[in-house]
Amino acid sequence: MAACSSEQSDQFPVKSTPEIREDGTTVLRRGNGAEPESLDPHQARSVPASNVLRDLYSGLVQISPGGDIKPADAESWEVGDQELVYTFNLRENLHWSNGEPLTAQDYVYSLRRSVDPVTGSPYAQLHAAIANAKAIIAGDKPPQALGVRAVDDRTLEITLTKPTPYFLGTLAHSISYPVYRPAVEAHGASFSQPGNAVTNGAYKIESWRVNSMIAVERNREYWDDANTSIGRVEFYPITNQNSALSRYQAGELDWATSVPISQYEAIKKYIPAQLHAEPTLGVYYYGLNVKRPPFKDAPELRQALSMAIDRRTIVDKITRGDEIPAHGWIPSVVEGYAGAQFEWVKLSDGEREAKARELYEKAGYSKDNPLKVEIRYNSGEGNKKIASVISSMWRSVLGAEVTLRNQEWKVFLDNVRQGNTEAYRLAWIGDYNDPNTFFELMNSKFGLNGTGYASAEYDRLQEKQAHMPDGPARMKTMKQAEAVLLADSPIIPIYFYVSKYLIKDYVKGFEGNPLDSYYSKDLSIEP
Amino acid sequence: MEQAAHGRSLFSDALRRLRSNKAALASIGVLGFIVVAAVVGPWLSPHNYFTQDYGAIWIAPTLADAHWLGTDGLGRDLFVRALEGGRISLMIGFVATLVSLIIGVAYGATAGYAGGRVDGVMMRIVDILYAMPFLFFVILLMVFFGRNILLIFVAIGAINWLDMARIVRGQTLALKQQPFIEAARMSGAPAVSIIARHIVPNLLGVVAVYITLTIPQVILFESFLSFLGLGVAEPATSWGALIKDGADEMGRAPWLLIVPAVFLAATLFCFNFIGDGLRDALDPKDR
Amino acid sequence: MLSYALRRLLGAIPTLLILLTLAFVMMRAAPGGPFDADRELPPQVRANLEAKYHLDEPLYQQYGRYIWDVAHFDFGPSFQYRDTSVNDLIAQGFPVSLKLGAASLAFALIFGIPLGMLAALRQNKPADYGAMTVAMLGISIPNFVLAPLMILLFAVYNDWLPAGGLGSWQNYVMPVLALGTAMMAYVARLARGSTIEVMRSNYVRTARAKGLSAARVVWVHALPAALTPIVSFLGPAAAGIITGSVVIETIFGIPGLGQFFVQGALNRDYTLVMGVVLFYGILIVLFNLAVDLLYGWLDPRVSY
Repeated sequence: MAACSSEQSDQFPVKSTPEIREDGTTVLRRGNGAEPESLDPHQARSVPASNVLRDLYSGLVQISPGGDIKPADAESWEVGDQELVYTFNLRENLHWSNGEPLTAQDYVYSLRRSVDPVTGSPYAQLHAAIANAKAIIAGDKPPQALGVRAVDDRTLEITLTKPTPYFLGTLAHSISYPVYRPAVEAHGASFSQPGNAVTNGAYKIESWRVNSMIAVERNREYWDDANTSIGRVEFYPITNQNSALSRYQAGELDWATSVPISQYEAIKKYIPAQLHAEPTLGVYYYGLNVKRPPFKDAPELRQALSMAIDRRTIVDKITRGDEIPAHGWIPSVVEGYAGAQFEWVKLSDGEREAKARELYEKAGYSKDNPLKVEIRYNSGEGNKKIASVISSMWRSVLGAEVTLRNQEWKVFLDNVRQGNTEAYRLAWIGDYNDPNTFFELMNSKFGLNGTGYASAEYDRLQEKQAHMPDGPARMKTMKQAEAVLLADSPIIPIYFYVSKYLIKDYVKGFEGNPLDSYYSKDLSIEP
Repeated sequence: MEQAAHGRSLFSDALRRLRSNKAALASIGVLGFIVVAAVVGPWLSPHNYFTQDYGAIWIAPTLADAHWLGTDGLGRDLFVRALEGGRISLMIGFVATLVSLIIGVAYGATAGYAGGRVDGVMMRIVDILYAMPFLFFVILLMVFFGRNILLIFVAIGAINWLDMARIVRGQTLALKQQPFIEAARMSGAPAVSIIARHIVPNLLGVVAVYITLTIPQVILFESFLSFLGLGVAEPATSWGALIKDGADEMGRAPWLLIVPAVFLAATLFCFNFIGDGLRDALDPKDR
Repeated sequence: MLSYALRRLLGAIPTLLILLTLAFVMMRAAPGGPFDADRELPPQVRANLEAKYHLDEPLYQQYGRYIWDVAHFDFGPSFQYRDTSVNDLIAQGFPVSLKLGAASLAFALIFGIPLGMLAALRQNKPADYGAMTVAMLGISIPNFVLAPLMILLFAVYNDWLPAGGLGSWQNYVMPVLALGTAMMAYVARLARGSTIEVMRSNYVRTARAKGLSAARVVWVHALPAALTPIVSFLGPAAAGIITGSVVIETIFGIPGLGQFFVQGALNRDYTLVMGVVLFYGILIVLFNLAVDLLYGWLDPRVSY
């Protein structure tokens, strides 16, 4: 055990002692937010589960520390037949953690399982680009019909319905990981439990205690084991941000996944080098239900409400976590796309508010006939503050009468889904690094859009860009789609998320990426 | 007539005893002050409880700008919010405790006095209510009745009477074997009157103590209901809600926790000493 | 007495069945389901999942299936923790909660009863006010404030105790204090009230009049009777405390049962909620039976 203390302060003590076992095994102790709901790659849907799965499994491709797509189980691939057929060449030395060889047939089995209705995979739709996937999810075709074929043990061929520029990105997602067929067939739902689980990633599961800890240990059968440094990773589910910070300060965590906002200033002051703030693919937004009054057929009113919100103030004064004010729908960190912005962004505050009032009046409201609107949000400190601020801005800029209503999460979601809300808060986190993951949400046929927004023009543009090769032409179509969306304003983007991590100095190799995809194997502990 | 006269003498007797209890008297004074402050205090400040001031976020208590107890994360004045919150919390504490007191004492005394099969069934119902998933009860209340401050009282009172009922029943079981109850029963007095005139007065000591335990529970519990969407709605607030928010931000702005906590603690101390004073004053054995 | 206990235990079966039925109805009447999430499921995928967990069947059929499974001691798979069964979750969580709860309970009784009796015997004197001030502080500081303050003091600014997790006995010190303090205060308040009551009652006066020593009067005659309200309070309170506390568990990272009550309800994890409700119901029945039996033993005046 070696102690190394760098930024120390009596006001803000942080113990910096890495855990190194007697045999030299280094241990990385990661805070992991909530308890993962499942470690079946095809069942998982939360960030904490993805964090663990990324260490346990290896897909065809992976995300490099900087956020690029790079080869993993597939050492190379060719794209042919007008971008419809992907041929992956698997590595020679692929093995499961029990020593059995991993072949293209394993991938065929796993991809079929991921879209099989019997599996009930929440992310099945991410594979919609693969031939016949949609029909299989709907139960109209058998899983064997999926456009996936093992040419030989080391060659996998995937056929798409239409060209899809972001397809490779979806293969880094946990829904695309291979699972070990004999374990699935022998143990059913508990195949992911220690003792049952057979995985192919840099680590294998050692123990799992719900609400306490998941421990994974180095998998010597992993194809890139020679470059793995950390011997053991422990994931601690800690939902309380203050507790996570305390345990980080007390030297019980090497990596805390979030920081309490009330301590953010102190952290920036005392331990700036341990703080990593990474813009991510996520937007915090307000949805306006366009199927009901007052927002039905009222684009001016929706624009006025959007315009009346001073996002800079929200970010600087309220959330205080270095979030990025959202003046468009697509986060600025999305690769290869500079999103469109509201036209009024360049106006001064006074001009912006005057313009908002003008639109508000144009929509038929005034001092004597004020808009009455309800903001609904799910309980939570941040949501409460933002709802308070937005109601205050709508009141002071436009004179609207705003009521606030918080609800328990599931009741809230049920209401949004049933369209019982007027204005509500939600967030959208991208699944892969391409604007389409944001555009898709607002398509009326995608089925996840609580505003009820349905624009034929937008749907057409969104579907068109989704199947165009990357380049200026696709860029132009995307800009058109975003312009339509912003003009219609069924959603009011508030800010883009910035992930905040605290990582001890002795953990080396961390590099931020907008997908929040981090692999413990890429890190090392060097006291 | 005779009944009323008896009631008056009992009351004046109790008042006399209470007056000689200094701690109780002081507590009544302090509590009265808090109540008056909660009612009229907000008018003394130039601020109101909902106006946000983004230029004055997390200001420590100061005389400047009349933020006597500081401001919160939205720049709202804590002095006014703490007193506004006091109105709601005192109301909640009082009404919910009253509900639980009435149901709990009546239910517990009846079960304990009746004994046997009636007691068995009544207490099994209490067992079931204890084990019910309370969160669903609250969620359903919210769904069926919407947002209504009165419901908060009902919901909280409806939970708290269970403890009260168990304690009262336990005491009643012991009491009903006492000679004076025996005597009343021999004289042919109806059960209702025995319960009302002999059992309940003898329970008041334990009940008074238990009330002083229920009030803080209720006030803090309200903040949890807020989380489920059944508590007070923003921008209104309560001590429970202020303490909960203050606990999250105590590292940055400790006054947000300390101010409502001091108000709450002072109120609880008062209730405690008043409760003890009442207990002594009402004790039938000392008469 | 034995036949009384047996009758009560047999009577517990309909009690628990009513409990399960009511809980089932309430849970299903609540809006939202286990598969609602911020990233909503495409309708087809949702239908597939509901079919997998039999949520597409009529309610009475689901109820029948559930009761049948419970009768075979199978609480089913958890909806939230997909890879685990409710039986396993309870089996993992209960020993932790039991240890923590029993220690807190012991702490509360060992300190609370003497504190309360001391206050009662020195009624309206400085010792009384001092003891009751301590007790009221314990009641008015909520545990979600006390726990983080202790962590800052003992784990962050000093290196005396671990800040969280589950390893050695040291991990239990702060949670026991945080959980036991409020309870100790309750016990002290109740003990004070009932001791004052008992000390004035006729039979204690008689005992005193007979010239028995003060100590003998207090310990032999007053104490058992003074304990009755504490005992009635303890029945459900003990069942509550050994099934965990969500606040303490989330702050200290302790894998007990308490989180399942709250998280299970918030996640609409139907099977997990039913499982812990039934488990809690069984404990309530057992503890209340124990309390009623204790009554007879503590206070010879009681009969059934």
